[in-house]
Amino acid sequence: MEELLQSFIGESWLLYVILAVPPLVFILLYALVTVWTEMKVSAHMQDRVAYMYTGPHGLFQPVADILKLLQKEDTIPAAADKTLFRLAPFLVFTGTYAGFAALPFSSAYIGSNINLGVFYIVAVSSIVVVGLLMAGWASNNKWSLFGAMRSAAQVISYEIPTALALLIAVMITGSLNLQEVIRFQDGGIFNWVVFGGPFPLLQKLLLLPFTFIAFLILFVAGIAEVNRTPFDLPEAESELVQGYNTEYSGMKFAIFYLAEYANMYLVSAIAACVFLGGWSSPFGDFMSGPLWGVFWIVLKGFFFVFLQIWIRWTLPRLRVDQLMYTSWKVLTPFLFVCVFAVGLILVL
Amino acid sequence: MSAVRTYFRDIWMALFTVTVGMRVTFRHLFVPAVTLQYPDAKLKLPERVRNRLYVNIDDCIGCDQCSLACPVDCITIETIKSTADQDLGQTSTGHKKRLHVPRFDIDIAKCCYCGLCVYPCPTECIVMTDVYEFSESDRHNLIYNYSRMTSTEIEEAKAKFKKAEEEAAAKKAAAVAAAAQKKQEPPKASS
Repeated sequence: MEELLQSFIGESWLLYVILAVPPLVFILLYALVTVWTEMKVSAHMQDRVAYMYTGPHGLFQPVADILKLLQKEDTIPAAADKTLFRLAPFLVFTGTYAGFAALPFSSAYIGSNINLGVFYIVAVSSIVVVGLLMAGWASNNKWSLFGAMRSAAQVISYEIPTALALLIAVMITGSLNLQEVIRFQDGGIFNWVVFGGPFPLLQKLLLLPFTFIAFLILFVAGIAEVNRTPFDLPEAESELVQGYNTEYSGMKFAIFYLAEYANMYLVSAIAACVFLGGWSSPFGDFMSGPLWGVFWIVLKGFFFVFLQIWIRWTLPRLRVDQLMYTSWKVLTPFLFVCVFAVGLILVL
Repeated sequence: MSAVRTYFRDIWMALFTVTVGMRVTFRHLFVPAVTLQYPDAKLKLPERVRNRLYVNIDDCIGCDQCSLACPVDCITIETIKSTADQDLGQTSTGHKKRLHVPRFDIDIAKCCYCGLCVYPCPTECIVMTDVYEFSESDRHNLIYNYSRMTSTEIEEAKAKFKKAEEEAAAKKAAAVAAAAQKKQEPPKASS
């Protein structure tokens, strides 16, 4: 797509703007759909019906929500650090949006086809933590600060399992470029890394338990990285009001919300790209191609988003010590074993 | 050794119990919702619900018993006696109406829905209905005026009663005067 556009408009800044727009459009549309889905799924899991009046089955409720948030007064607490307070939501969203840059949407479209794609996403999504800390600190509110501290501790701890789990996939596929990683898994469901990758049967069977565990851990760590239940300590409503975004209202709050939902898709899509073949069709050549690629990766991403919603409305919240225990004493050691085993199998 | 075993058992239990919980929530995803979408769908109320009061003013004889029974004094009744030449008719229960009822106000905002006003009513004209949607943005709108008498009718009735009373008083005075005269006369006659 980049080459195609280049042939039309040449090398200019417009090219980069056009290349940067699709993820943004996707995030906005996706957030509308997911907000609605989350409310509906949560309601039906509790035998309720959620919103029903704005449009058929409340389909336009997210739009109404946005209209409401646009009209709301944008309050800034008197004692807040105003510059940081204003900056924080945009920094959080920037971190998430920057992650989308290296996320492939199809074999033909990726925001930026860089060779260090996986590494870049892991690195750039850490900016989110800075934004959250900034929001918590600038709010000058004890709940916000507690939420931000917890968030920082949590995201940093869970970055290690995430990075290690991605490392396993990178070891198998031999590339940090997400397009290359996906291309490696092309050709049907059994070539996916989660099922051992496209190797001879024996090697596949040996790799399978380790890749499967790594995939599971990547998903768990992903939930923790986006601060969702059961790892939603940073915004534990019952104890911290809303965590770092307690003092935010109006569009600033909306941007936090948008970033949270975008982050949900980001971790889901990375898990789908690295372990489940991204845009490649599960049926080999059947239903594959650039356009079907968009369908498959969005479907896979949405499946994990749904899984996150499902888990959120099933499990209670963990304690802080349990959260740290899970990361440092369970996920990380398991991944060390997996990394070692996968390395050994690949070498032999 | 046992510490290692508990470690692995805990991890297994964590994973296993998560799937148990997720199975439950997934099953409930397809259970029909119990939500009743209120303004569109309503619960069928029991037969003897006590909600908004209603007064069938045609049957009211102005006996004031409901007002006396009310524990929160939300019923205000004023009456005017009818004169002998007026016939206010009968209630549907066969009671003769002897009083005009120019004012029958119920402040439903005060009402506690105890139903105590309903029982003493001799003509069963005050009843509790199943209407429960009568919220108002101004609480003065919650004072219900059941009397249908217009102000001129009230004035007329009052004037008539006053006149009748005056006439009665005059008659009485005349009778008293006549009696006094009679009393005075016999001594005269006897003397």
